[in-house]
Amino acid sequence: MSRLFSSDDQNTGASASATVPPWIPGVNSQKKQMCFDWGPGEMLVCETSFNRKEKSEMVAGCPFIHIIRKDIDVYSKILRKLFNESHGIFVGLQRIEEELTGKSRKAQLVRVSKNYRSVIRACMEEMHQFAVADKDSARGRQFSSQVSILSAMELIWNLCEILFIEVAPAGPLLLYLLDWVRLHVCEVDNLSADVLGSENPSKHESFWNLVTTLVLQGRLDEARQMLSKEADTNPTSAGMCRVLGDLMRTMPVLSPGNTQTLTELELRWQHWHEECERHLQDGTFASNPHLESLCKVLLGDDAALLEQKELLSNWYHFLVTRLLYSQPTVKPMDLHLYAQSSLDLFLGGESSPEPLDNILMAAFEFDIHQVIKECSLALSNWWFVAHLTDLLDHCKLLQSHNLYFGSNMREFLLLEYASGLFAHHSLWQLGVDYCDHCPELGRVSLELHIERIPLTTEQKALKVLRVCEQRQMTEQVRSICKILAMKAVRNNRLGSALSWSIRAKDAAFATLVSDRFLRDYCERGCFSDLDLIDNLGPAMMLSDRLTFLGKYREFHRLYGEKRFVDAASLLLSLMTSQIAPRSFWMTLLTDALPLLEQKQVIFSAEQTYELLRCLEDLTSGRPLCGEPDVQQLQDDDIETTKVEILRLALARNLARSIIKEGSLEGS
Amino acid sequence: MEEIYAKFVSQKISKTRWRPLPPGSLQTAETFATGSWDNEENYVSLWSIGDFGNLDSDGGFEGDHQLLCSIKHHGDVMDLQFLDQERIVAASSTGCVTIFLHHPNNQTLSVSQQWTAAHYHTGPGSPSCSNAPCTGVVCNNPEIVTVGEDGRINLFRADHKEAVRTIDNADSSTLHAVTFLRTPEILTVNSIGQLKIWDFRQQGNEPTQILSLTGDRVPLHCVDRHPNQQHVVATGGQDGMLSIWDVRQGTMPVSLLKAHEAEMWEVHFHPSNPDHLFTCSEDGSLWHWDASTDGPEKSSLFHQASLPSSPTIVISRAQGSPGRQIAREPGKRNSFRQYIVEHSKGDRAKWKRTGSNTLMTMQKSEESRMMKKN
Repeated sequence: MSRLFSSDDQNTGASASATVPPWIPGVNSQKKQMCFDWGPGEMLVCETSFNRKEKSEMVAGCPFIHIIRKDIDVYSKILRKLFNESHGIFVGLQRIEEELTGKSRKAQLVRVSKNYRSVIRACMEEMHQFAVADKDSARGRQFSSQVSILSAMELIWNLCEILFIEVAPAGPLLLYLLDWVRLHVCEVDNLSADVLGSENPSKHESFWNLVTTLVLQGRLDEARQMLSKEADTNPTSAGMCRVLGDLMRTMPVLSPGNTQTLTELELRWQHWHEECERHLQDGTFASNPHLESLCKVLLGDDAALLEQKELLSNWYHFLVTRLLYSQPTVKPMDLHLYAQSSLDLFLGGESSPEPLDNILMAAFEFDIHQVIKECSLALSNWWFVAHLTDLLDHCKLLQSHNLYFGSNMREFLLLEYASGLFAHHSLWQLGVDYCDHCPELGRVSLELHIERIPLTTEQKALKVLRVCEQRQMTEQVRSICKILAMKAVRNNRLGSALSWSIRAKDAAFATLVSDRFLRDYCERGCFSDLDLIDNLGPAMMLSDRLTFLGKYREFHRLYGEKRFVDAASLLLSLMTSQIAPRSFWMTLLTDALPLLEQKQVIFSAEQTYELLRCLEDLTSGRPLCGEPDVQQLQDDDIETTKVEILRLALARNLARSIIKEGSLEGS
Repeated sequence: MEEIYAKFVSQKISKTRWRPLPPGSLQTAETFATGSWDNEENYVSLWSIGDFGNLDSDGGFEGDHQLLCSIKHHGDVMDLQFLDQERIVAASSTGCVTIFLHHPNNQTLSVSQQWTAAHYHTGPGSPSCSNAPCTGVVCNNPEIVTVGEDGRINLFRADHKEAVRTIDNADSSTLHAVTFLRTPEILTVNSIGQLKIWDFRQQGNEPTQILSLTGDRVPLHCVDRHPNQQHVVATGGQDGMLSIWDVRQGTMPVSLLKAHEAEMWEVHFHPSNPDHLFTCSEDGSLWHWDASTDGPEKSSLFHQASLPSSPTIVISRAQGSPGRQIAREPGKRNSFRQYIVEHSKGDRAKWKRTGSNTLMTMQKSEESRMMKKN
């Protein structure tokens, strides 16, 4: 376990979670005034052109706009696996919620916690491989600093698991803590392999270091085996080794299957402790300083333990060893007393505690909020605090705490993490599920984020739409469809635009697109995108203009199929029912011309009267222009001719229809 | 297929395809290609799952998948097809169509042919958005057909620099997928639920036939042709419905099956055992349709349409971590079996080999999944 937070300073500096003002490369806030704007996951910073009064000369400004990312770890390729895999665990955890109670629930929660830890470990191992492969470069150093961050995260998580989730009682508590230390101070395994692999293990320079470390970690069986090797090669100390080995063997420990009570254990342990003390006072090991110091360790002697500071490597190891040999049945409530004194003794006033020390100390004090607060300050990502807080919340440990912002701590941290995911180019899909599991502000947050996802292809848009539709976010569905419809219009893809506005049920936009279709028809004399317009179906009812477009196209189809009578009555009804826009009436009347000129009579007398009325409505309603220009005069000329031709055709048709209706076959 | 092996690959996979085997080969495929989407940098990659020699208890190979090589791809990979054993055709969201060549000797990929701006918009929009995503590609060496959001159909030949044939304005809406029918006919599906058949011998931009579910207009996302019966196609739509069409008769599907709960992204017939059909969807599931009959009927996918109502399919979902459940529809003439595979939303590649002789490729939106079937 390496010390991490000293190397982590620049990371925390760049994240907005730090209390110190973040330092942005290339920006000098001393010289120039800065302005900024918050985004959902990022912040924009740039220099303003505003000059301070005392400075008259113009300083060349920095032409850049800086994007400040809140959660830089989100962009790590390897950590991306952590985010993806833990997302599954998170969703699973939300599901177990109500089903279980009591013991099985606790077992489930511990299992979830272990799953999270194993993902951290897997990630750490991969990161470590990269760090080793790329040892000397800056990237390699970055990787190894990431490894130490991950390692610290796992260390903290493990301790929280023991204290808050497992809630180990006196007795088993120490066993858990021992496992915790053994898991995180694992150099001893390499050392052991090294020593045992040598020709003569007991003559190896690190032999006694190894034995001491094993004893410090409470791995007494292994330590005894080492001692027996020493006894074999060194007959003079064989007796002493045997005595010490016996002491190690007889040390009373709590075994999981045993039914003995804590009081029994304490009594037996007290007895064993006295025996060790007697051997020390009798000078049994006086001739061998190594064995004597080991015996002192077994007695839990502070001074003897502190002599092994190098081997202990950190204060929490010291704490656990100290408890093992002096207070094996320590109660959870007393832990913080021993932790504080161990930290003080270990540091000895030479150095001040680092952030990691503070976090662990807060955990030993059972101050969950302090743990989360310190972690938020020290770590460069939101992943850790968000997931840990969520898990602890499921253990019903955070109920009482209210924030003066947001809704509660769990939601606040989850949403912070989610907004980091949304800011990422590809991880937005994960963010959705985190928002879903925040009952109070999750929905609002999702609504804000989802609208801001860049829609590069229709396929991506469909995925975003599916997310919105599943959650009945109608406003967002409308807005996304509208964006796509606008895009399609800009690309001259009217068919697509119409499809999107139909999907959005956006009547106004459907009207706009329909107008474009009609305008194109007027210009070119033929319809485009027939495959769509012919198959509108019930969607045609969305807007009047769209209905008109569909019906008008139907008129053309009927005309093309030579079903003139149907075509004629459809055409007329388009005008009389006021579906057709006024501006289009002249086109419709012109369309009636060929029908009026057919050999057989198509419009009845009554229909012809209607047509006449439409024409008169149109011509009388026209405003008189003041000073017409040449172009308009020309247009008017054409219009006048049109009207005259129409009048003539209508009159002739009226005559024919009256004759026809008056004659025998008509009646 | 009792177990699924999963590995996270730090990118979102949009398509996976097994590499075709040399004709007559009895080996199982060991190499597959993937294309990624929605990443800041996208890649086309080749992976191998062979060469490990660890036999598991069923006699199949098991092993970690291994990245053979990858190459940067500009834009999202919208579709991916093997042209032959060495060449892969990728369709890009930038409207570009690229042929990548795999060099097995030094395990690298290189660009062998590229048609930039194969798909584009001609609107008054700004030049930056004038490229239109290419949504689908289908290969029949040496011919390559691509379709795009611009409603355009391109016919390329691998050795020609220019498009051999382009049908502008082939569709007023987005074309989502394309498949070969009988050469030189192709079939496209679009976002207003239509199937259109095109004949490259005919000039002009009119399809020879339009099929659609009347009044429905549900977008179709994928299409695949029956490997032996060239007039039979399967399509999958936005509502998760699976439709089987016989393009010779009528304009209605012969069979309509309620399947997924969300968009069906891909449908594939098993290449050598077409009674088996595979579909996958946005809802995270992969379904295996088994139409081999218990009774005397052949091609029982067709009989589904004659059933009074579509069968109730019992689907139970695995809780928590990705799992797999098999549900069987009881007591019907045709026993449809579905293998439901739960996905997590991460970018994870999963595969399973069963040491058998043919293969099938499925893909899902976020992640890839490769499966082999007996």
